[in-house]
Amino acid sequence: MPKTITQEFTKGLWEELPPFRLVLGLCPVLGVTTTMENGIGMGLATTFVLLGSNFFVSIFRNIIPAKVRIACFIIIIASFVIVVELLMQAYAYKLFLKLGVFIPLIVVNCIVLGRAEAFASKNKIPHSVADALGIGIGFTLSLGALGALREILGKGTVTVWETWMFNLSSIFPSFQPFDFMVQAPGAFVALGLMLCVLNVIGD
Amino acid sequence: MGYFELIIACIFVNNILLAQFLGNCPFLGTSKKMETAMGMSMAVIFVMVLAGAITWIVYTYILVRYDLVYLRTIAFIVVIASLVQFVEMFLKKSIPALYAGLGIFLPLITTNCAVMGACVLNVDKEYTFVQALVASFAYAVGFGLALVLFAGVRERILLARVPKPLQDTSIGLVTAGIIALAFYTFKGMV
Repeated sequence: MPKTITQEFTKGLWEELPPFRLVLGLCPVLGVTTTMENGIGMGLATTFVLLGSNFFVSIFRNIIPAKVRIACFIIIIASFVIVVELLMQAYAYKLFLKLGVFIPLIVVNCIVLGRAEAFASKNKIPHSVADALGIGIGFTLSLGALGALREILGKGTVTVWETWMFNLSSIFPSFQPFDFMVQAPGAFVALGLMLCVLNVIGD
Repeated sequence: MGYFELIIACIFVNNILLAQFLGNCPFLGTSKKMETAMGMSMAVIFVMVLAGAITWIVYTYILVRYDLVYLRTIAFIVVIASLVQFVEMFLKKSIPALYAGLGIFLPLITTNCAVMGACVLNVDKEYTFVQALVASFAYAVGFGLALVLFAGVRERILLARVPKPLQDTSIGLVTAGIIALAFYTFKGMV
């Protein structure tokens, strides 16, 4: 039975929530989530690329020959990655510097190519856009949540766009931040434990 | 920086998997068996050195010279994808034994962000050609080392009794974190 557009949208928020349900595209998830801000920024950049690539792949789905489809998808994705790179250099240069190598690497993010191949190349335009929005927002929320968790445990604070800052030690004066969480090993452990918690909730 | 420091830095201190978080999909995907981990490592070493050399040449002599640096992402991915395809065809014809050994891992490397990431890092850090070549090789060796170590641990986990919600990927990530901790101790060395 074909799903409605709303169903395509909401499945990205829970049933196929990346990166927890679809364990794909882990590199940016681990690499940029040292703060909530970076996580959300990365999520939004990926959402933009996902929207553009799903939209165009869906438009051209009957024209692209099956044999060279992956190459065509990658070219479409790479074009949108360049658009994001240039936009961020113009309007969010600080964030662009923080995310560094992970912005050009959206081009090899398995989620983006995966949605183009598994969904957009087989579905109509409105459905593909809804799918991209759902998966993109799910990805952004997951990255934001993981970033917030790591930032609050590792630094004891959460900063939102450099203006508003939440400090954990104002509630628990004896709290000592543990640096481990914002370092490389903490990323793996935090993601593993979050996956475990979601597995418990899911069951 | 001398070549020795560069090699140590790229293998241990800035390990591409555990310190820079590039190439985690094949890291989790191919580490369930030692055999596949070895195959993937070999394929990555082979392709990463070639890709590092070619993208450096393309970047320096085409993109920079003609002021096309903004096309870097699309140029690199096209170079890597065609390189992988070419290597596959070449090996199939001339060294069938190696081709059979690398098998399915060769095409998978196109979407391995470690390869693309290493190429981008090389030009970002403005390495010379030889430095880029050495760094690519060292990154690839670091990738292989981490992958093989992780596969060894993961084979043992299969025999352990893991709580149900932690099974599979979840325990894999926690294990990777502990291995990353071992690599983390190299930090500040170079």
